[in-house]
Amino acid sequence: MISVYHYMSVAAILFAMSTYGVLTRRNAIVIFMCIELMLNSVNLTFISLSSHLQNIDGQIFVFFVMAVAAAEAAVGLALMIAFYRNRESIDVDNINMLKW
Amino acid sequence: MEILLFYSVALVAVLSGFLVIRCQSPVNSALGLVNTFFCLAIFYVMLHAPFMAAIQIMVYAGAIMVLILFVIMLLNLGIEARKRYTHGIVWSALASLMVLFGTIYFLKRGRVTGAEGDLTAFQIESIGHTELIGRSMFTEFLLPFEIASILLLVAIVGAVVLAKKEV
Amino acid sequence: MYDKLWLIPFFPLVGSIINGLLGKRFIKNEKIIGAIGTGAIFLSFLVSCKFFYQLVNDSVKIHETVVASWMSVGNLQVDWGFLLDPLSAVMLMVVCGVGSLIHLYSIGYMHGEEGFYRFFCYMNLFAFSMLMLVLGNNALVMFVGWEGVGLCSYLLIGYYFEKQSAGDAAKKAFVMNRVGDFGFLLGLFTIFWTLGSKHGVWTINFVEISEKAHLLSGDMILGAGVTTVATLCFFLGATGKSAQLPLFTWLPDAMEGPTPVSALIHAATMVTAGVYMIGRMNVLFAMSPTTMMVVAVVGALTAIFAATIGFAQNDIKRVLAYSTVSQLGFMFVAMGVGAFTAGIFHLMTHAFFKACLFLGSGSVIHAMHHALHHAHLSDDAQDMRNMGGLRKKMPITWATFGISCLAISGLPFFSGFFSKDEILWWTFASTRGSKVVWVIVVVAAFMTAFYMFRCLYMTFYGEQKTNPKAKDHVHESPWVITLPLVVLAGLATVGGFVGIPHVIDVAHIGNKLDQFLAPVFHHSQQLHNIEAHGTASTEIILMIFSVVVALVGIGVATMMYLKNPDMPAKFTAKFSKLHRWVFNKWYVDEAYDVLFVNTTKKLGIFCWRGFDVNVIDGIVNGLAKLIGAISTALRHTQTGQFHNYALTMVFGTVVMLAIFILN
Repeated sequence: MISVYHYMSVAAILFAMSTYGVLTRRNAIVIFMCIELMLNSVNLTFISLSSHLQNIDGQIFVFFVMAVAAAEAAVGLALMIAFYRNRESIDVDNINMLKW
Repeated sequence: MEILLFYSVALVAVLSGFLVIRCQSPVNSALGLVNTFFCLAIFYVMLHAPFMAAIQIMVYAGAIMVLILFVIMLLNLGIEARKRYTHGIVWSALASLMVLFGTIYFLKRGRVTGAEGDLTAFQIESIGHTELIGRSMFTEFLLPFEIASILLLVAIVGAVVLAKKEV
Repeated sequence: MYDKLWLIPFFPLVGSIINGLLGKRFIKNEKIIGAIGTGAIFLSFLVSCKFFYQLVNDSVKIHETVVASWMSVGNLQVDWGFLLDPLSAVMLMVVCGVGSLIHLYSIGYMHGEEGFYRFFCYMNLFAFSMLMLVLGNNALVMFVGWEGVGLCSYLLIGYYFEKQSAGDAAKKAFVMNRVGDFGFLLGLFTIFWTLGSKHGVWTINFVEISEKAHLLSGDMILGAGVTTVATLCFFLGATGKSAQLPLFTWLPDAMEGPTPVSALIHAATMVTAGVYMIGRMNVLFAMSPTTMMVVAVVGALTAIFAATIGFAQNDIKRVLAYSTVSQLGFMFVAMGVGAFTAGIFHLMTHAFFKACLFLGSGSVIHAMHHALHHAHLSDDAQDMRNMGGLRKKMPITWATFGISCLAISGLPFFSGFFSKDEILWWTFASTRGSKVVWVIVVVAAFMTAFYMFRCLYMTFYGEQKTNPKAKDHVHESPWVITLPLVVLAGLATVGGFVGIPHVIDVAHIGNKLDQFLAPVFHHSQQLHNIEAHGTASTEIILMIFSVVVALVGIGVATMMYLKNPDMPAKFTAKFSKLHRWVFNKWYVDEAYDVLFVNTTKKLGIFCWRGFDVNVIDGIVNGLAKLIGAISTALRHTQTGQFHNYALTMVFGTVVMLAIFILN
């Protein structure tokens, strides 16, 4: 029988993996995709717990996470376009002006 | 049978996730990501949440992924330059492993608790998942729903302003 | 019936505001400004007369009206309330009556001065504050007036603020008054708190305090009776305001202000506020024989001490200033021996004759100043050694000044005779009196007669010692100056007949003032068994004795300053050391400088140079430097690299996760 722990373990693995991706990749779009993956792993947790606890509230949360992710995608990608227009690159190593 | 399905889908999901973080070309990463989304949608179905599976595919695999791919194409991004990583892989690996072990330990150790409801799989099938979500959304969570709509509006305006050539 | 009481302080306030705001730019005309200022206080006088008359014919003698609520904090309820009883009615008449005359006088005296509007603005503001002080039905409204008159005193002493000495004198007056005000507040707090916390009567209303004062009789605080402590604090306030030992030194310096100010504020009204306050709280004072004794002793010592200084002063206004201090001492003696009526009586008569004396001196100074100015001389217009023989040049001033001198010396049937004699009788015969105090006061009365006639002779008699060039330019002052003089001299002559002592009351008029003030004072006097007891013959003998003493004083002055004009010089040469001490006011100012002013200055300088600059600034600057150094060291952690921030964030999350799990 598949328990809630199975789903949550998959979510944990995906989360840790995408964390690694965020920390090592330099391409801003890939980093962005990794963040989407993190959000999805969290969504998986929400839905598995909702199913386990027989409470639909968790799924509503997923709905809102998706709304936030959509907004984030729109703004984030617009930012990347604006940045690319100035620097001809979306390598995050080049985004380093905000420092001492 | 079900467990077999679970493990195979989980394997595909993790492998696709791995592709996302390892592929040199952003397009490949994006395809891996789509793959993962599909796997998660299958999980949602297995968890008796067919509506969530549907919007997972529509919003993520449909809308967001198209947006990402569009930007990749628009910016004509090539393969990431093979530079030596100046930011330590070791530290990053350590951090993510700690996150992994932390969460796994947490799962092993404790019982899952929370506000329990009385929604059985039978009920979901008889009433309909979409209707259940809709009821909850437009009664109990109406205000957050409206706020989310404002958030999306703001994001649209923000995106337009940011992407314009001359502000 | 009495609900229009607020009109009395209202008129001067309006006058002050009009003159203060519009005087400089819009009105400008001296006549209009003077008319507004004088008119405002005169209207108050008319309203006061109306209420006075009403009160005399009323069977109920104590009336309170509340205009508005001021504040309501916890148990403390304070109203803008006014109290009209015989005591405040008498004070109203004195303040408004004498005040109107002095305002009228000022129009002439201040003619041509820069800031004419300012003077009338302050004078009206003073009248307003003084009326609030007198009329307030609770201690806080009284305190508003109390502080207001202090402020106006400061402003008017420093009227010629471009003069260093005037500015200094103003500051001195203000600071010394503050010391006293501190005592007033402490006394008020003590009464309020003890009545409230021990007996549940949270009040600062005078009528209620008087009614409930008996509750305090057994209470102790700091090892002494509550009433003793509180009344001593109140008395400290009174010494500051009324220039008694040890806080008297500001009053002579206050003569830097224009002469009408000296007459109104520093002779007739404000300085008597301390006496009035004791009268207002007579119930509390009567409960504490200790305080009463202190009051009497301090009053007597001040009376004689100030009188000695008056001997050797050459500035005409300073002589009058020390005389005022001395006379205030008499009033405090009266209050201290329980002769509250006599104290208020003397307050009233003193207001008449001392205002007249001051205004007379002002008239002389005015004339001298013009004459000297005309001759382009810079001699001191206030120095009596430059005067002499002015009798023929200024007859009205001479006559009024002379009458007032007779009154202050206590010659029979002038006003000062009745009031001073009542004080002496009570000091001798009262249950709270003392023979020692009586002796001191009699000596002070002798000295008063002496130095007042010395002043009179030096100014108006003998040869004119004015510079010959200016001699012929000395003229009598205009009618606005002489009219108040005549009126006040008249009052100084007949004012005493409101309080004829029983023993010489052949026409059976009765002591009107005593009867009138009875509702305020008799209750406490009866309750604490305060009365003057003695035979009529003793009283008459004492009366004759005091008249003889005054005559001797006048005689000595006549002998020294009129008959043998070179005698004072010989006398001072013989007792040169003593003369130097007296001339320099017993070096009290110098002693205060050494004891208080310099120590405070040193403390202040230590706090500034030693503590503030090094410690406080050191801490502040040190902290700023420390944070600056830390920031310089730490700013390199801000690399601007995305991954560093992300990594740090993930580690932070891990730590939080760890804490969550381990708990």
